[in-house]
Amino acid sequence: MNGVHDMGGMHGFGKVEREPGEPVFHASWEGRVLAMNRAMGYLGLWSIDTGRFSRETLPPHVYLSSSYYKKWTLGLENLCVQFGLVGDDELAAGRALHPPRPVKRTLAAADAPKLLSRGSFDRPAPAPAKFKPGDRVRTRNINPPSHTRLPRYARGHSGVVEWVRGCHVFPDAVVNGEGENPHWLYTVVFDGRELWGAAADPTVKVSIEAWEPYLELA
Amino acid sequence: MNVHQHDPHDEHDHGSELSDMQLRVRALETILTEKGYVDPKALDFIIDAYETKIGPHIGARVVAKAWADPDFKRRLIADATTAIGELGLPARSTHLIAVENTPRLHNMVVCTLCSCYPWDVLGLPPVWYKSAPYRSRTVMDPRGVLADFGVSLPPDTEIRVWDSTAETRYLVVPMRPAGADDWSEEQLASLVTRDCMIGTGLARAPGAAS
Repeated sequence: MNGVHDMGGMHGFGKVEREPGEPVFHASWEGRVLAMNRAMGYLGLWSIDTGRFSRETLPPHVYLSSSYYKKWTLGLENLCVQFGLVGDDELAAGRALHPPRPVKRTLAAADAPKLLSRGSFDRPAPAPAKFKPGDRVRTRNINPPSHTRLPRYARGHSGVVEWVRGCHVFPDAVVNGEGENPHWLYTVVFDGRELWGAAADPTVKVSIEAWEPYLELA
Repeated sequence: MNVHQHDPHDEHDHGSELSDMQLRVRALETILTEKGYVDPKALDFIIDAYETKIGPHIGARVVAKAWADPDFKRRLIADATTAIGELGLPARSTHLIAVENTPRLHNMVVCTLCSCYPWDVLGLPPVWYKSAPYRSRTVMDPRGVLADFGVSLPPDTEIRVWDSTAETRYLVVPMRPAGADDWSEEQLASLVTRDCMIGTGLARAPGAAS
């Protein structure tokens, strides 16, 4: 979706502000909500990209004015309601009012160390890779209202395949309920002037990771 | 039946939004715990791991080893997931890619769409990495972003920005500073800052090491 989360190339947000001696969490609730997101993800009801989409679909003014972990809180609440785990009435009451929905698994403390290692998103390839390093490709001009990982600034542009990264779970399909539908994933590099025009810094190159359906031969 | 202790530290948070969030998150945890979906002890473990075990000191160790051991560096650049797997770190890395800075090339990592970051080797990202200014400007004006960090590169240095749009994760291997030729890996690690492994900083000079 063409949401405010897709920030590459936007103006007006100001300088990058660093915080010397920044703590890992600025309040204890931030840690709780991070950990709850991980633990609820372990239930296996939704994927990492479904979680991303739950934040992307927050109203734009909420997305832009909420801290990072507030977005994680709102996104998790929405997922819990959407998947029938928690009722709006329970969120309002601040306690459980209904029996739980049966789930396949939950994260026991003894299993928590497993969550520190990332899972693999590489899958067996259903077909040979269409592109190889050195191929000149063009990103498609797509504007789906659903989840995609092709940023707006990189649509409809010509670049070069630099690496083939394997055949990976396709986020656009997962979030649409179409299963993992794995596709080849490529690192595609663009000249800064191709993305930003003739006045752009000629020393800049930008790459994205692009699944095969995002690309066509240039 | 909220089982984790009320943390008096929270009373010192600034502003009502944090207090509202404290209540809101506590309510959510109460509901999820009462319904048996989460075990607060599992949450405690995850929080402790990111507060005390998994952080940029891990990446610093990897970079220092790469500086000290050219063979390891070759393997790291060729396949970082496998090379780092040898080190017995607390979190196994997956789809990790190490990119090396040279006098002619400077790498920077961003996630314009959300906040993808190599947690396994750097821990949780700082607020600025997740902020709109960094996410919006890095792909368009990386030199301007570097200036915000007080970093100025020669005008002919190529800047390569890696937008983390998939599950691949990037670790920048900064240039080894001069003047630390006989340093041990442990000493070298003290020169490796978090920011230089994201590409918004350079490694510390030996005299400036803290």
